[in-house]
Amino acid sequence: MKYTISILVENHAGVLSRISGLFARRGFNIDSLAVGITNDPAVSRMTIVVDGNEYIVEQVEKQLNKLIDVIRLRRLEEGEKVSRELVLIKVECTPKTRSDIIDVVRVMDAKVSDLSKTTLTAELSAQSEKIELFCELLEPYHILEIARTGTIALDKGNATLNA
Amino acid sequence: MTITAAQAMVRCLQEEGIRVVFGLPGAAICPFYDALSKTDIRHILVRQEQNAGHAASGYARLTKRPAVCIATSGPGALNLITAVATAYMDSIPLVVITGQVSSELLGRDVFQEADITGSCEPFVKHSYLVKNAADIPRIMKEAFHIAGTGRQGPVLIDVPSDVQTQKIPFTYPEAVHIRSYKPNLIGHPGQIKRVVSALSNAKRPLICAGGGVFSADACEALLAFSQKTGIPVVTTMMGLSCIPANYPLNLGMIGMHGAPEANRAMNSADVLLLIGARVGDRAIMSPMGLCRNAKIIHIDIDPAEIGKNIETDIPLVGSAKLILEELCERADKLHAENWSLDLQGRRAFTGESWSGVIRPKRVIQTLCKRAEEDAVLVADVGQNQIWSARGFSIPHGRFLTSGGMGTMGYSIPAAIGAKLAAPGRQVIAVCGDGSFQMQMMELATIRSNSIPVKMIVMNNSRLGMVRELQDTRYGGNETAVFLDGNPDFVKLAESYGIPSCRISNDGDIDEAIQNMLSCADAYLLECTVSPEEPTL
Repeated sequence: MKYTISILVENHAGVLSRISGLFARRGFNIDSLAVGITNDPAVSRMTIVVDGNEYIVEQVEKQLNKLIDVIRLRRLEEGEKVSRELVLIKVECTPKTRSDIIDVVRVMDAKVSDLSKTTLTAELSAQSEKIELFCELLEPYHILEIARTGTIALDKGNATLNA
Repeated sequence: MTITAAQAMVRCLQEEGIRVVFGLPGAAICPFYDALSKTDIRHILVRQEQNAGHAASGYARLTKRPAVCIATSGPGALNLITAVATAYMDSIPLVVITGQVSSELLGRDVFQEADITGSCEPFVKHSYLVKNAADIPRIMKEAFHIAGTGRQGPVLIDVPSDVQTQKIPFTYPEAVHIRSYKPNLIGHPGQIKRVVSALSNAKRPLICAGGGVFSADACEALLAFSQKTGIPVVTTMMGLSCIPANYPLNLGMIGMHGAPEANRAMNSADVLLLIGARVGDRAIMSPMGLCRNAKIIHIDIDPAEIGKNIETDIPLVGSAKLILEELCERADKLHAENWSLDLQGRRAFTGESWSGVIRPKRVIQTLCKRAEEDAVLVADVGQNQIWSARGFSIPHGRFLTSGGMGTMGYSIPAAIGAKLAAPGRQVIAVCGDGSFQMQMMELATIRSNSIPVKMIVMNNSRLGMVRELQDTRYGGNETAVFLDGNPDFVKLAESYGIPSCRISNDGDIDEAIQNMLSCADAYLLECTVSPEEPTL
């Protein structure tokens, strides 16, 4: 099962390696990890998607909490969070296939972000499941490259996690 | 007025009340040593950096405060890692100071450069690579605070040599402000009520005390609670000696190598109160089995330990001392029946005297009888550790060992630290010939600083515990366990000017132990042990 954990950390050098090292040495599986600065420049927010069970995710939370650089963390529950991931996909694109590909892009609410004589790069911001589907739909046109940001998420409504 | 960051580091140590530090210098830490030499802080020069870490560990365990060890950059710092990891596993508070190459050279793989903060990451509670000299007072203050509070552990401060020489204005902060670090000491009142209720309904309640009882300085509170309620106590190896050896409700040490009475008690209890014990695999091999039989109450300062290795019915996060005091106050109605009577009766080691070889169990028994009643026994790792732990019976003594990491070579440096921390107590290190040879360079430290620690070397010319494992589990294929080429340990000690003696007959044990203990100086007693001597 997948669990999404939102973590506020001190924005120092070395924080990312402390957190990723913790996952590695305790055998926790990370599906994705996304980091970025928050409105407070001293604080970064990490969103980590963990694959495991209740025991593992509880251990993950407790062990993360022990790191001095971790200010606060919270598990974001299914149905109570807004989550998004951004993907850039570059596919082979010839005049013959171009309109078909653009159809897929439109239907999926994605955008064409770059076009060349032989390629098309599309971008989509969506939940991970939709991104999977988007990749699947473009597969027949021969995907050349994919870059995904990993999931970021916030609580729905007025719930917040603040330093 | 400004001073150098190196001088500031030393001032910080003084502010923290540090009297003794352990280390071995090198180029990158020289500014600090220069400043240190101009103070009255005593520096103990070890012969290998790892032993500075172990000595600081022994010192910290007796003073109950963070202790300091120092090494230079690169290999010096790397040599410390084993000691840092050893301290981390046993939750021993250390402030580890390492020199680092000059800031502008960082990352270029220059001479004696090692990423020590990166290397130590899994073994430290926290670490700092100091980039800005002005941060030194805050970082030192935080380091001592983090090391010595909550679940204690080592904190590393890596200081590039150029940072050490920069001038900064000095004021030592009065308080620390770390927004993410606020250990919870006070037990949740609702959970405490649940504990009291569970204990009052128990027929066969049992306390299992771990090393956390020492960390929380909760030994007296534990004894008071057990005395008031009549609940018997078993300990893990790390908890050994947290309750007087002759206390009638002390059932002894549990675990793979524990006392049968203690293990039987663990399996018979209906409510088990784990205090500062992390349910390590050597202490509790099948936690699932325990859960089936007993209601588990787990008291620990570290929330991450609760539920990690054993399912818990009542978790209680906080300081063992505060919680035990609180429980003691509310325990008026608790009067456990003395269900443990039939479990008691630790058997003294008997059997005929041997000659030609010494029986280690008899040595430990005699040592515990002859030692002063608050003596400190530091056991190394291997068969000697188990002989020492099982035989430990110094009434108000202290037992030290590397419990979690099982680091050979711990005992003598840790004994050095313990003796410096508690000069009035007898300190005896017990090791094997294998572990002795991992630390024997420290005989020079003992000599040059006149530290009267006693050392007992159980010489069976083997890596005895591995030998035994190979016999029982690998069809008797004894391999790579023969310590041929051992030096003459008595002559070796003599060459350092340390009085010593070798015994090979059980009949000589008593006199030899008395000679050792009455010697004003350090002393090495070598016991010839049979290569076939079993652990249990």
